[in-house]
Amino acid sequence: MQVKEYKPLIVAFCCNWCSYAGADLAGNNRLSYPAEVKIIKVPCSCRVNPMFILRAFQRGADGVIICGCHPGDCHYTSGNYYTRRRMAALFSMFDYLGIEKERTRVEWVSAAEGAKFAATMNDFVEKVVSLGENKRLEDLRCKK
Amino acid sequence: MQRIGVFVCWCGSNIAGTVDVKAVAAALKNEPGVVFSTDYQYMCSQAGQNLIKDSVREHKLTGIVVCSCSPRMHEVTFRKSAAAAGINPYMVEIANIREQCSWVHKEMPVGTEKAIILGKAAVAKVNLNAPLTPGESPVTKRALVIGGGIAGIQTALDIADAGFKVDIVEKKATIGGKMAQLDKTFPTLDCAACILTPKMVDVAQHDNVRIFSYSDVEEVKGFVGNFTVKIRKRARYVDEEKCTGCGACVEKCPQRKVPNEFNLGMDNRKAIYIPFAQAVPKVATIDPNYCTMLKTGKCGVCSKFCEVGAIDYKQKDQIIEEKYGAIVVATGFNPISMDKFDEYAYSQSKDVITSLEFERLTNAAGPTAGKLLRPSDGKHPEKIVFVQCVGSRCAAHAEKGKEYCSKICCMYTAKHAMLIRDKYPDTEVYVFYIDVRTPGKNFDEFQRRAVEEYGVHYVKGMVGKITPEGDKLKVRASDLIANKQINIDADLVVLAAAIEPDKSARSLATMLTASMDTNDFFTEAHPKLRPVESPTAGVFLSGTCQGPKDIPETVSQAGAAAAKVIGLLAKDKLTGNPCVASSDPLMCNGCSSCERVCPYGAITYEDKEFPGPNRTVKIRRVAVVNPAVCQGCGACTVACPSGAMDLNGFKNMQIMAEVDAICK
Amino acid sequence: MQKITTQMLVERATALLNNGTVSAVLGWKKGEYDYDVTPGVFKSAEELSEAFVYGDFSAANLSKYLIKKTDSITGKILVFLKPCDTYSFNQLLTEHRFNRESVYAVGVQCGGMVDIDKIKSIAGDGVLSVDYSSDELVVSTLYNGDVKIEKSRVLAERCVNCKSKKHVAYDELLGESGEEISSGRFDEVERLESMTPDERFAFWQNELSRCIRCNACRDACPACTCEKCVFDNPNSGVENKSPANSFEEQMFHIIRAFHVAGRCTDCGECSRVCPQNIPLHLLNRKFIKDMNDFYGEYQAGAEVGSRAPLVNYTAEDIEPSDVFNRRGEDA
Repeated sequence: MQVKEYKPLIVAFCCNWCSYAGADLAGNNRLSYPAEVKIIKVPCSCRVNPMFILRAFQRGADGVIICGCHPGDCHYTSGNYYTRRRMAALFSMFDYLGIEKERTRVEWVSAAEGAKFAATMNDFVEKVVSLGENKRLEDLRCKK
Repeated sequence: MQRIGVFVCWCGSNIAGTVDVKAVAAALKNEPGVVFSTDYQYMCSQAGQNLIKDSVREHKLTGIVVCSCSPRMHEVTFRKSAAAAGINPYMVEIANIREQCSWVHKEMPVGTEKAIILGKAAVAKVNLNAPLTPGESPVTKRALVIGGGIAGIQTALDIADAGFKVDIVEKKATIGGKMAQLDKTFPTLDCAACILTPKMVDVAQHDNVRIFSYSDVEEVKGFVGNFTVKIRKRARYVDEEKCTGCGACVEKCPQRKVPNEFNLGMDNRKAIYIPFAQAVPKVATIDPNYCTMLKTGKCGVCSKFCEVGAIDYKQKDQIIEEKYGAIVVATGFNPISMDKFDEYAYSQSKDVITSLEFERLTNAAGPTAGKLLRPSDGKHPEKIVFVQCVGSRCAAHAEKGKEYCSKICCMYTAKHAMLIRDKYPDTEVYVFYIDVRTPGKNFDEFQRRAVEEYGVHYVKGMVGKITPEGDKLKVRASDLIANKQINIDADLVVLAAAIEPDKSARSLATMLTASMDTNDFFTEAHPKLRPVESPTAGVFLSGTCQGPKDIPETVSQAGAAAAKVIGLLAKDKLTGNPCVASSDPLMCNGCSSCERVCPYGAITYEDKEFPGPNRTVKIRRVAVVNPAVCQGCGACTVACPSGAMDLNGFKNMQIMAEVDAICK
Repeated sequence: MQKITTQMLVERATALLNNGTVSAVLGWKKGEYDYDVTPGVFKSAEELSEAFVYGDFSAANLSKYLIKKTDSITGKILVFLKPCDTYSFNQLLTEHRFNRESVYAVGVQCGGMVDIDKIKSIAGDGVLSVDYSSDELVVSTLYNGDVKIEKSRVLAERCVNCKSKKHVAYDELLGESGEEISSGRFDEVERLESMTPDERFAFWQNELSRCIRCNACRDACPACTCEKCVFDNPNSGVENKSPANSFEEQMFHIIRAFHVAGRCTDCGECSRVCPQNIPLHLLNRKFIKDMNDFYGEYQAGAEVGSRAPLVNYTAEDIEPSDVFNRRGEDA
């Protein structure tokens, strides 16, 4: 088995106002997290369409994490509340379909929480590594 | 096909220390659409920007990818460079290879590999970018101020002085608000009326100000620069134009048993009334709940005695529609109800009063003409107990009271105590407090004077129970410093009731799509940097509707809100954020899902004609986004099942292209 | 409860056509056999008497057809709605998909619809006719002669788990309207939830792998009314005409279920029309059950203009991470 060499691919959707800034702060403070995490900036976590998440899994992602402002702190007042409902329902559906629940996560990271951002990513990657490769939502045509 | 230029920044050694910038530039050179790729020590420097501008011209670039620090740092810089070189600023994307890469990864191969992937994602996005132009909308040069207390008055005066028209909507019969009810003001002890009433007159006489008193905001439509507001001017049954405020009607009105709300019900007024001598507008108002003529059709005394014929029993509410460029909320506060604080015997004894009632009791125009007399028997009180923090600073999930500090109580209680000791040196005054909070210019000095010069007994500890017994109030309290129980037989107890936002604020917030916190205080756009703006563009906050404040703070915030309004009204046009949602009418179902999640009310519907078969016309309901109102969150794009709704700058296809590039 | 017959509906429809109240009737049309009833539009008394049928196979939910028919037909359309169809009718009104004024809705009493596959499993193949005039069906077959079957044994799944006999919208009623029913419609969802993730995955792989992407579920679904479906749209990023592998099978059904989440009335048309007998309603019911659990009971279509859970929120909503913990506690 090649479990030790396994490097997961993680897509992190970060809202522009809080979490992306939180990631910047992690950078400013040189708080390291695995390079497997790749951030995509969205204006608000509520911009994240379930289609994007499925797309990421299809193209080979092993985990998808959505980061937004803490509930109540959304730059757009209510965006993350919708994210919370949509993702609660969607992730529960993934689980219902037998897809590992640790592959998806929503985390609230403020612009001041650089340390939380790094810690979250470290933890998330660790969980995904323990699951191994995404097999249940993969599209073999997209694999190298 | 785009012609993309890639510019990889070293950021000195900040990036180049962990990322092989040359390798990144070389790798991205092979990406689709890339025609030029280079690296430079400091892209944000003048020379770096010139490199971008020159390359645009030389290689006829249509899009730019800068691999550098966070877009939060220099996206604006590079967009400006692009614009200067003649390409649309929204054709620029940043790959964040510093904060997200070189600063968090230590090994060169790891950093380089990730930087290349981030660069590829940015290239993939730019390939799908389209030039975006911010929309423009005109600005109506008139402001609306909701609430005519000191906050509203000051804001209106400042805006009007800058040369813009302002309307004040005040729900009471007169402007003046809470400050008009106060006796003296801390820490200078000048009389509230003496400093407020000239301002009331100023604002009433100002050419640029209109006052709609006894009126409510009924409906708000539109958006920053272009609000349309319906104001309901309630019938006061008196013609404001004709009424001279002579007061003859008030004098003759036979209905004299109406609780006088201006004196908090401590005395009575007539069914037709002028709230107080310096009311603005100084016109009479008939209280329809008490007027015999309005209720039974039999009386008409006021009409007989009115020399100018101003009484009009048939007057109806009037709806006024006006356009505004900006709206200022100045709805103020009220003391909370003491119903739930039975331990202080507020409902059992007339001699337990709130601080605002105390203001009226000591005011020369109040129910006792300024003499400090007990409400129950009119006797002079000899022992007075003040209780602080009644309903303020309560536990988070307490059944009653507020979690926050009401902020003004420590100071006004010191003022009350001092005034009593000054006028009636024979009285003993106790103040029970949790903490004394007196930050503010000359505040702490003031409070200390109350203790040191005026001999007010400050006791750290809370009052547990007050029981009326005979003509005394048995006050049981603890002294935390002496660590003992105290029993005082008081003649009068004054409760520093917490303050809360006016009840009208919540429905107003809904109309304005402005947000509130759990206590119904309006939230500011940013708690530190934009304290007088609401998150809803064009809506500003003045005074205690935003949080507890004293008068000087309220006035400064009122001025700040005015400055923001003036800044807005001074513009002829507003330029929007072009990264807004837009709906494709061909795909839109008109289902209203998007409208429901839009926090700004930016989405409306129209019946649009589509060509049907055989030269017929089909009419279908489709969503239309107002780009001047949309803030670009994207909530609607996910609510939309058909995918008709998309977000400029963050289109579905752009984000999916980024996903693909990262996962490739 | 009186039995509602084809004749009663035809008479009422004819009367409404003749007196000019409506210019067309949306109802159920006889097929070659008793069990292949399809939706149909009738414009005259002759057409009605010739082909209209209402009975235990008039399963189709007609509300969706109103979107196109109110556009193409001038004058009012009469539509017959069984109780569950009225929920879809209201939901479509909530979404402004047709004009209420263009429709004359007649609620019809429903005694439950039967499932021909269940009948065949008992009576065998070669079903020639089914007499459903009483609760004991008489099935004449080519191979086994007449077979008598209790109707309750062959009720369609959605009728076994009927959520409501109440008509939530109508202009007039034929027969009786009943009450909401607390059915065991979530039992099967719960059974799946109690499985291990591996078992669930295997279950769904087995089910979804049969999908031939005929789009029948989408075409029959009264919530799937998009002017252009994302799966047919080359610019949506998820365009997909036929699934190439298990990922695309899953993607289609996950996205379809998500798109109708909060709007799905649980009418069961998706499963009824699936030629591969995939229990698609179990996906929709999962969303319904979750949203009921997380955000309070909500029935799409129960009233016009209600706000679905996914376009609503409270400050205290459950966190996505707690969704699983909660199940852990329940188990």
